[in-house]
Amino acid sequence: MPGNGPGPVWAELCVNGERRGVPVRPADLLIDVLRDQLGLTGAKPGCLNGDCGTCTVHVDGWPMKSCLMLAVEASGRQVTTIEGLNDPVLQQAFVDRWAFQCGYCTPGFLMNASALIRLRPDADEAEIREWLQSNICRCTGYREIREAVLTALGRPVPGSAPEGGGAHPQRRQPPASGEDANRPTGNC
Amino acid sequence: MIPFDFEYYRPASVDEAAALYRRLDEQGKSPLYYSGGTEIITFGRTGRLRTGAVIDLKGIRECGELAVRDARLVLGSAITLSRLHDSRAFPLLGETAAGVGDRTSRNKITLGGNICSRLIYREAVLPLLLADSVVRIAGPLGARQAPIVQAFDRTLQLGRGEFLVRVETEARYASMPYAVVKRRQVAAIDYPVVTVAAMRVGAGIRAAFSGVCAFPFRSPAVEEALNERGPSPQERIARAIERLPGPIHEDSRSSAEYRRHVLALALADIMRRLGGMTDAG
Repeated sequence: MPGNGPGPVWAELCVNGERRGVPVRPADLLIDVLRDQLGLTGAKPGCLNGDCGTCTVHVDGWPMKSCLMLAVEASGRQVTTIEGLNDPVLQQAFVDRWAFQCGYCTPGFLMNASALIRLRPDADEAEIREWLQSNICRCTGYREIREAVLTALGRPVPGSAPEGGGAHPQRRQPPASGEDANRPTGNC
Repeated sequence: MIPFDFEYYRPASVDEAAALYRRLDEQGKSPLYYSGGTEIITFGRTGRLRTGAVIDLKGIRECGELAVRDARLVLGSAITLSRLHDSRAFPLLGETAAGVGDRTSRNKITLGGNICSRLIYREAVLPLLLADSVVRIAGPLGARQAPIVQAFDRTLQLGRGEFLVRVETEARYASMPYAVVKRRQVAAIDYPVVTVAAMRVGAGIRAAFSGVCAFPFRSPAVEEALNERGPSPQERIARAIERLPGPIHEDSRSSAEYRRHVLALALADIMRRLGGMTDAG
């Protein structure tokens, strides 16, 4: 039975395809270990209460708020942070659609939207809205963010002429296994 | 960060978890069972909760089960609310659970964690109360089963060291007509002013409530009023509200008076959707 007595324990994390052993307190949050011990500062601390979504990462391919997860819970699971995200279609769509202003919320939105596009490529408007409601943008750029996600999904954006002569960017086809294709390959 | 230390254990079986609890409790560590853990983390971070050890239930196979066996739907306590919703195994439960928090948080929040929450809402219990579900509970003194209508009285009645292992529901309830109404103050994501989950079973409507009083409930007296033959729908709704099992909750989201008004509208909506708006009931 995996268990940890008092004091720091050794956590074996697989982050962005790399095995990373790190001493943690069992009470340490995943976001703090990613940022302070592994130097991966892309996941941003916002509310630290599970409300704002700016600390979103992927855990086994699913979006997860890293402030709501203990680092020890992530042992043996695949963690992908914004530094390991490889989703150029979505990232370019954020640039093209001006889907960020101050940029603080952007890593969290990108991680959530990337998972949405991979796991729910046929998501309807209601499902897209439901997923994106997990993240807060205090610059209130919600419209542009939603447009970027629609663009990355290859959908028409209401009230907007498509760029580049009318062709929407093609989504890369997800692997048949449903595996996180945006996760970098590595040694774990 | 969480400003205190605790130990973390991830047992692989119900018996291991119960034995661990007993040992850690005897050591004075005030252990807590940990499922999604969102409440333990957020309450711990803000000093509203303290523990010397957590026992993570997610490694226990029975707690992660989602299956139909012998015409019964089996739902482990560590199933996330997102999985409950996406599985469509029990649509009323899935939709009610989808009103809790936001989508990403529901990838972590679990059925058992929501039902055993320290907050007053515990909305995932409402469909289970309507469907006469049975809970399996385990602890240092062994395991037991009980109808949820008996085991859940304002909170899930757990003895020292007990935890919810799974919930079983007759599969026929999953296909019965249902409606769920959640009314919040303003935002799309918030605790409810009123949540009503309802199901038509035979000629009658069953209804369970969260946010109305300081605890979730299903009340025979309220259902009797809603299903009474003779009075108009508005009269039945008024009588049902008179029979609530406690004072209407009042907080920063809503005065009691406003909650009463929202409740009446929610019940009218529910009855319209489930065909209960005729004077014959």
